[in-house]
Amino acid sequence: MDKTQFMFWFLSALAVFSSLMVITRKNPVYSVLFLIITFFAISGHYVLMNAQFLAIVNIIVYAGAIMVLFLFVLMLMNLNKESEQQKNKYLLWSGAIAGGMLMVIMIAALNTTEPAVISQPGAGQIGLIKNLGTKLFTEYVVPFEISSILFLSAMVGAVVLGKKGD
Amino acid sequence: MISTLLAMQMDWALVLEKFLLIVVVVSVSLGFAMYSTYAERKVAAALQDRSGPNRFGWFGLLQPIADAIKLFSKEDIIPNKANKVLFVMGPGLAMLAALMTSAVIPWGDKVVLGGREISLQIADLNIGMLYVFAVVALGVYGVMIGGWSSNNKFSLLAAIRGASQNISYELAMGLSLIALLFVTGSLSLKDIVVGQQTNGWNILYQPLGFLIFIVCAFAECNRTPFDLPEAENELNFGYHQEYSSMKLGFYLFAEYINMFISSVIMATLYFGGYDIPFFNEAASSLHPNILALMGFGALMAKTVFFVFVFMWVRWTIPRFRYDQLMNLGWKSLIPLALFNMLITGAVVLYLQNGWPKF
Repeated sequence: MDKTQFMFWFLSALAVFSSLMVITRKNPVYSVLFLIITFFAISGHYVLMNAQFLAIVNIIVYAGAIMVLFLFVLMLMNLNKESEQQKNKYLLWSGAIAGGMLMVIMIAALNTTEPAVISQPGAGQIGLIKNLGTKLFTEYVVPFEISSILFLSAMVGAVVLGKKGD
Repeated sequence: MISTLLAMQMDWALVLEKFLLIVVVVSVSLGFAMYSTYAERKVAAALQDRSGPNRFGWFGLLQPIADAIKLFSKEDIIPNKANKVLFVMGPGLAMLAALMTSAVIPWGDKVVLGGREISLQIADLNIGMLYVFAVVALGVYGVMIGGWSSNNKFSLLAAIRGASQNISYELAMGLSLIALLFVTGSLSLKDIVVGQQTNGWNILYQPLGFLIFIVCAFAECNRTPFDLPEAENELNFGYHQEYSSMKLGFYLFAEYINMFISSVIMATLYFGGYDIPFFNEAASSLHPNILALMGFGALMAKTVFFVFVFMWVRWTIPRFRYDQLMNLGWKSLIPLALFNMLITGAVVLYLQNGWPKF
């Protein structure tokens, strides 16, 4: 087992463990903190694939901004035992059945496909900021611009919602 | 497990070298932060026509050590209703985020020891500036978690203020950095410093960007005039109200380390880093070790100046009101930074491609 493999297994175990902790913790603040650890583990995988730019942007956007807002909301809501809603038994069953079906489909779909060939660890060049920028602004410029318009409309929507009170 | 680790082909000399470098950089940061507390009181005293600490040691120079002994020996109180795990984790996170940034800063050029060239930078990432930005973004967790887990409404309010302030000012900071990127053409802090050695300091090309950056740096460090998270007349003592002993010490210390690191970053990004002014390093015949030492000295001189500016502002300008803070961030700094970005982009494009032909 060489360095890369060791890191791969370590990061994978960390990611799986912390995502399990996200859904099993009773206290939502712990869930958010474990989700942050999951993002770090995934960023570690990006670094292993030599995609440093993606790794750092993942941390800035998800761990640095979105999760802060999650925490923000949780802290203001002040969740505790008394305010927790009684869970509906039927809801629990339907959730379990729907989730189980999704899992069966995923297994069936992944079972038949060829294993994806991922570039040699540490050898890929596409994740570096220069290559990624060139690709985005030449080959994929139309989808890129369309997604930026989508972001703009989301921003305008947020401002409109925020202004409603006045 | 151990055999696996040993079997990995590692350059142990490199590991040792980096480890020593990390130890040195962290100790320098801690020592600098320790004496910043002393300097802060001396500066405050000078600005208010007092003499400041002058009892312990020559000119009161041992005062930080007395403070450390005081903080360590105080009773460590964890409130009954606090979330114990997170309460302990808060100051640790604040310290961690404060110290992590130093990894990508080029503290000097290279040193030659026994025929081995050692770069005075822990990691030369090709996304160095974004790394700094990411760690700054993580710095807010220490404040938020500490404030929330104290189970105190003033701490919670302060934590929420701190978080919204950090997020708001990060945007303007990022936009001013994008304009800087247009000029430097690289995200690696090493490349930025080397570029400034040949082309002149970035402050000449980005004066407005630097102004925006320094204002945002003040806000990110929670320093006056932006120290709303610890506004004592509104929130008692802010997010660290319930903390005592060295946990409080860590929070206060993290603030000084943040101040030190942001001064180093400002010196590196806009004032040439370890570049010695009016001196051509490449053409000099001095030994590389002496050059590296001089470069480190130049970086420290610039840093000390910026730390002094931080203190100077703190004891001169009163605190903003919260709505004024938000208005300044969203309605003044962000449009200004966007304008700066647009102008810089246009000029850089013009210099590269000339006037567009229709």
